[in-house]
Formats: sequence, structure tokens, C-alpha cells
Amino acid sequence: MNTRSLVSIEDYTKEEILEVLKSASEFEANPNQRLLEGKVVASLFFEPSTRTRLSFETAINRLGGRIIGFSDASSSSVTKGETLKDTIKMVDNYVDLIVMRHPVEGAARYASEVAVHPVVNAGDGANQHPSQTMLDLYSIYKTQGTLENLDICMVGDLKYGRTVHSLLQAMSHFHPTFHFVAPESLQMPEAYKMHLKELNIPYFEHTELDEVINKADILYMTRVQRERFADPLEYEKVKNVYILKNAMLAHAKENMRILHPLPRVNEIDVDVDENPKAYYFEQARNGVFARQAIICKALGLK
Amino acid sequence: MFTTLNHVVMAKKELQVSAIENGTVIDHIPAGKLFDVINVLGLSEMENAMTLGVNLRSTKLGKKAIIKIWDKFLEDEEVNKLALVAPSAKINIIRDYDVVEKKKVNVPEKVEGIVKCMNPKCITNHEKVRTKFTVVNNAPIVLKCHYCEKLTDQEHMEMN
Repeated sequence: MNTRSLVSIEDYTKEEILEVLKSASEFEANPNQRLLEGKVVASLFFEPSTRTRLSFETAINRLGGRIIGFSDASSSSVTKGETLKDTIKMVDNYVDLIVMRHPVEGAARYASEVAVHPVVNAGDGANQHPSQTMLDLYSIYKTQGTLENLDICMVGDLKYGRTVHSLLQAMSHFHPTFHFVAPESLQMPEAYKMHLKELNIPYFEHTELDEVINKADILYMTRVQRERFADPLEYEKVKNVYILKNAMLAHAKENMRILHPLPRVNEIDVDVDENPKAYYFEQARNGVFARQAIICKALGLK
Repeated sequence: MFTTLNHVVMAKKELQVSAIENGTVIDHIPAGKLFDVINVLGLSEMENAMTLGVNLRSTKLGKKAIIKIWDKFLEDEEVNKLALVAPSAKINIIRDYDVVEKKKVNVPEKVEGIVKCMNPKCITNHEKVRTKFTVVNNAPIVLKCHYCEKLTDQEHMEMN
């Protein structure tokens, strides 16, 4: 097993997080660096995710690397019944690094044990998506100038949203105060609240979005996903509960920024987009720099 | 046969499962957990003589099960596996009809290959991957999957 894989955000120490953020800011200042010259990277998307794939592939291209892979399992030998192990073993023979997205949870960890070359997890089901977390952290760092002592307000689907869980784990290194805003059926799972209690990190649970907007340094909005609900009636009940509108931001802190992992549906009204506090499109742009930094760290290049 | 029994056993008027000369007695297994214990210790693969009792009277558990294995002395690692399915179990090592050692059931720090991950979307339930867990809580037992990072609790624990 290789040790430079990034499967879960918990694979990075606090120091490594800060090191990758520093490297990301260097890539932002100078995005075209041919550090992957002569290297081949596999981009294995066992389920489609255009946004993440394009971001990774842009990062690889800007580093001068070559890409092989597939964007959908239907165009791979998975349809012939090949196991993940065999696909990874085969691809591992050809490349220097594997970037993979897979619908099954734990698939990336398993691949990192099967492969000789490092694996970067681009999302494994509802489990982890560490490059999203790193771009979230980079966005927070850029807009606030620090990661320390911030009030982070998380809104929407806190039960199933892997981005909020990973962000919570990563931010736990930096003395945050959390505010959770979610409908009854989508609240932050007990395991994560226990984790915060053990670390003495304060958190508050709210049912009204209005209560917390003015306290927040970061307002992290998430989408309530229809596919998470077995009962469509339950989805209808909660889908429109937390919608952020521009008028609600009148008394927000000056430094406050709104983040969203995208795609959004209706949880942020389009009238927010022109507000300078809206940061979600720049956030997506930051993803390329964060991924350049992650790839270089995985290959020991920086 | 009963004349050779030691005083501990003699204190009982009649044994519900007859005594063994040398080997291991696993007592105080909750009645419903007998088959889990058999699985977790791989007893069905073992060639040793064994006597099993189930739905026996127990003042502590109401109904209990007991397993007596001839000429088999459980190692600590095997004893710890029991913690996953029957933490209340008591292990006695028997030599010449005497209890020579009582072993405590300790919850191990890591559990490999024994338990199924309860997450149906976990890779270990899709491909032939040996399960690995870290124990994040002892009583009740909660396991965190090395792969999908989800928790499996005592109530949902199934053996591989």
C-alpha cells in the first residue's frame, strides 16, 4: 500500500492541510506549471460527475500531465463484470496516479490498498470527497484570511451531506464554532456531534435560518437531494424550508461569505448571486488550484 | 463418573450439560447467541468433541447457552472475538475436571474478517474484501468500518 493516497480528509494532518492550502495559493498565482510533464494520470469515473471530472482534468492539463480513463462505467469493462480490484490492478500498470470516482462507499480506500501508485478519491458514494473539502477550506482561507476561530454555519441536508461532514472534520483542527440549521429529519448525525463534544468544540442547532445569518463568518448552504428520500412526501415537506434570499443578508457580517458545493437547485435565490457575499462560483474555480496541490502532494512533487 | 468431579461442580445437584475432563467451557452465553458464538469461533469446522446446551435455566440471563469443547484451550484472540457476540460469556479452562483458569472477555481494538459491515453500499458488501473495523465504543460495541467509515452497532451486527 502507498502512503500518499488521499482517500479521506482524515488522511491529512492539520499541518498537511495548511501545506496543501499554501501550495494551492501558489498554483492560483501561477497555474501553468509543467510538473506532470511525462506523467500519465488515470481519471476513472465509475459514475458520471462532469463538474468534478472537468476540474481534475483541468488541474492535470495545467500541470502538463496526460490523461487516460473513462467518464462513465458503461464505457469500461465494469459492464462485462470485471471487479474493481481487477480494473485498478490493470490501470495501475499504466499510470503514475489514479483519480477515481465510484458509487460504492469505501471503493477508493480499497483501490488504494490494491494499487502501487497513489489514489486520489474524487468521491465514493455518500462517504468522502476530500478534494471538495480542500477547495472549501481554500475558499474559507482565502476569504477570511485564516481558518482559526470562525463561526461556520451549515444549512440544509446535514444528515446525508458528505461535504458538510468532511468540512466539519477538517475544520475541527481550527477552533471553530458551528451552527447547524436543518429540518428535523435532516439534522447532523449524533456521531459527528459526539466527535465535537469530545474535542470541546461548541455547536448550536437551529431550526430557523434567520437566527444565525448575522453570526456567521461562513454560511455553507447545501442542497436537499430528492434521491436521499425513500418517501417522496417527506422530500416535498422539507425541500423548500431553507431558501436564502438577498433581503436576509442585510445585517450579515462584512466578512461573511456564502459557500455552496453546487449544483444548487433553489436553496439560494438567484437574487443573491449579485451580492458580493456570494462566493459559490469563485469557490468552484478554487477547485482547480486545490486539486493541482493535491495531485502534486500525492506524487511527492511539491 | 460423577465421583471424580471437583467440589465446584459437586456443589450443583445435577449438571445440565455433563462435565469435560480437559478443554474449555464457555458459559453464560445468552440463549439467542449460541449460533453466533459457533460462527465467530468457527466451531463447525472444528474436529474436537463438543457438547452444547441451549435454553438452560440461568438466574442471571433467564435462559442461557453453554458450550463445552474437549481438548481445546481458547487463545486470548479467540476469547476476544466472543466479546462481539456474547460479552457476558464466562470462559473456564478445564484440566482434569478442574477449573484451572478463568479468562476475561476483552473487547479487541481492531476486528478483522469476523463482522459484516451493516452499510449495504460498502465495498465489502459488493466485492470480496475482508472487513476491517476499529472499535470506537466498548459497551455497547460500536465498530467503524475501515472502508466506508460508517458505524456498525451491536444491534445490527451480523457475522460473516
